Amino acid sequence: MTEQTARIHPATTRLVVVSAGLGVPSSTRLLADRLADAVVRAAAGPLGPVEVEVVELRPLAHALADHLLTGFPSPELAEALATVRRADALVAVTPVFTASYSGLFKTFFDVLDPDSLRGVPVLVGATAGTARHSLVLDHALRPLLGYLRAVVVPTGVFAASEDFGSTGLDERIDRAAGELVLLLGGTARRSAGEPEDPFADPVPFEEMLRRA
Amino acid sequence: MQIGVFTVGDVTQDPTTGRTPSEHERIKATVAIARKAEEVGLDVFATGEHHNPPFIASAPTTTLAYIGAQTERIILSTSTTLITTTDPVLIAENYAKLQHLTDGRVDLMMGRGNTGPVYPWFGKDIREGINLAIENYALLHRLWREDVVSWEGRFRTPLQGFTSTPRPLDGVAPFVWHGSIRSPEIAEQAAYYGDGFFHNHIFWPAGHTQRMVDLYRRRWEHYGHGPADTAIVGLGGQFFMRRNSQDAVDEFRPYFDNAPVYGHGPSLEDFSQATPLTVGSPQQVLERTLSFREYVGDYQRQLFLVDHAGLPLKTVLEQLDLLGEILPDLRKGFAEGRPDHIPDAPTHASLVAAAGGPTDPTVHAVDDVTGVSR
Repeated sequence: MTEQTARIHPATTRLVVVSAGLGVPSSTRLLADRLADAVVRAAAGPLGPVEVEVVELRPLAHALADHLLTGFPSPELAEALATVRRADALVAVTPVFTASYSGLFKTFFDVLDPDSLRGVPVLVGATAGTARHSLVLDHALRPLLGYLRAVVVPTGVFAASEDFGSTGLDERIDRAAGELVLLLGGTARRSAGEPEDPFADPVPFEEMLRRA
Repeated sequence: MQIGVFTVGDVTQDPTTGRTPSEHERIKATVAIARKAEEVGLDVFATGEHHNPPFIASAPTTTLAYIGAQTERIILSTSTTLITTTDPVLIAENYAKLQHLTDGRVDLMMGRGNTGPVYPWFGKDIREGINLAIENYALLHRLWREDVVSWEGRFRTPLQGFTSTPRPLDGVAPFVWHGSIRSPEIAEQAAYYGDGFFHNHIFWPAGHTQRMVDLYRRRWEHYGHGPADTAIVGLGGQFFMRRNSQDAVDEFRPYFDNAPVYGHGPSLEDFSQATPLTVGSPQQVLERTLSFREYVGDYQRQLFLVDHAGLPLKTVLEQLDLLGEILPDLRKGFAEGRPDHIPDAPTHASLVAAAGGPTDPTVHAVDDVTGVSR
């Protein structure tokens, strides 16, 4: 690769997929994988290579409950949280439980550092047994990610069981993926990077005393 | 090296019997634990401060004075004193009085408290927690060191020409530790004043404790109190011992599984790995405790939590007997390889010596009717 092409195609884009499906196999994970594949395809021309990392929440269910109780993450959960923090873009997919995202999905975002997704483009998806839940993307996932100051692409992908047997789903997946790539295109990497380390560089005491 | 116990005074149901002690029983048990701590040779007994059920830890100086009257040698301390919501003038008075009554067997650990509503109950705002700790301690520090204080701050009514009485025993303020689990500002505060820093240690992984202590040590040196390894560090710890380690695990597990802080969460095994909790034989507790130095350096004070989660008094006293048995080996272990320049934790005697001997700090007032100095 020449220097010039290196500039045109910046470093690999890191796409992180958070999937809160519970079944094995899971329709939520199935949708998540299709969204990720579509992003990789859409990015191939304008953006270059995309590296996909999947964070499955099911194996972290106990660790998430423990974090709520103890206030600190297990090593596996800490690694998952760090993976999201390093993301240039995120695909977040949840099953619909009782008219909203699942508790497992919400708990993961509850323990995520609130700055982790600041300015990060996000594609949201949800699965359910019936299309009557389709607004869950707009009344539940968008406010959650808006609070975290993520940038959610206009098209969300909702898949009821029947959508897996119809033709419109592919089209929505590709449109959403295209929007995510558009948001990523021509911009610098957007990951939040390392958190500020208050232990490395404390506020001097005189300053705290002045502010107090 | 000072070794002791600290309590938060929780009234908790014994999950193995379903019995919850009364407040009266728990208060008396606290005294029995403190007396036992002295009997087995421990150096420090510290009690917390809470102002809500299920705790009996309000009025800490009443408890400590009562214990002080029934003991000879043990240092009476706090874990912690709520510097955020308690008027620093009252802290200055109460603990100076305790110092006189116990002939100097007093120090304190400042903390911010863990119950949100305690702030509004005392007319304060939890969002100002750090600022309250900073301003209130700045005032307390002066009240013990200056006979006449004029002062104005954000959080209490101003003082003009105020003298806190009694003046500290022998003219020397009690030694102060600052405790915090996660706030770098408090480690910074401790370093600034050259006070001690205590890390609770027992609820979070060792790596976190290490970062907090490391910050405190670096800033201690920065503020000119001496090399980083001479900073005054204390740690919490938590164990349950039986002669046979499997017996310890079997007996403690229901208490762990139902404990108010971490119960119904991680397994005893996972939590023991992630935090300093050691459930096993006296030898295992000895070895684990001596390993804390590997990540915080040589330190000055080790306090254990022994009376929580509904453990009955009889069991707690047995734990103290076992701790007494390994105490000589703990002291020997802590002394091993400890460089000569590492200081001990300050005591009243060492602070008096450092001040060049005791002085009578009594402030004699002028009678405002007759004008006669008394």
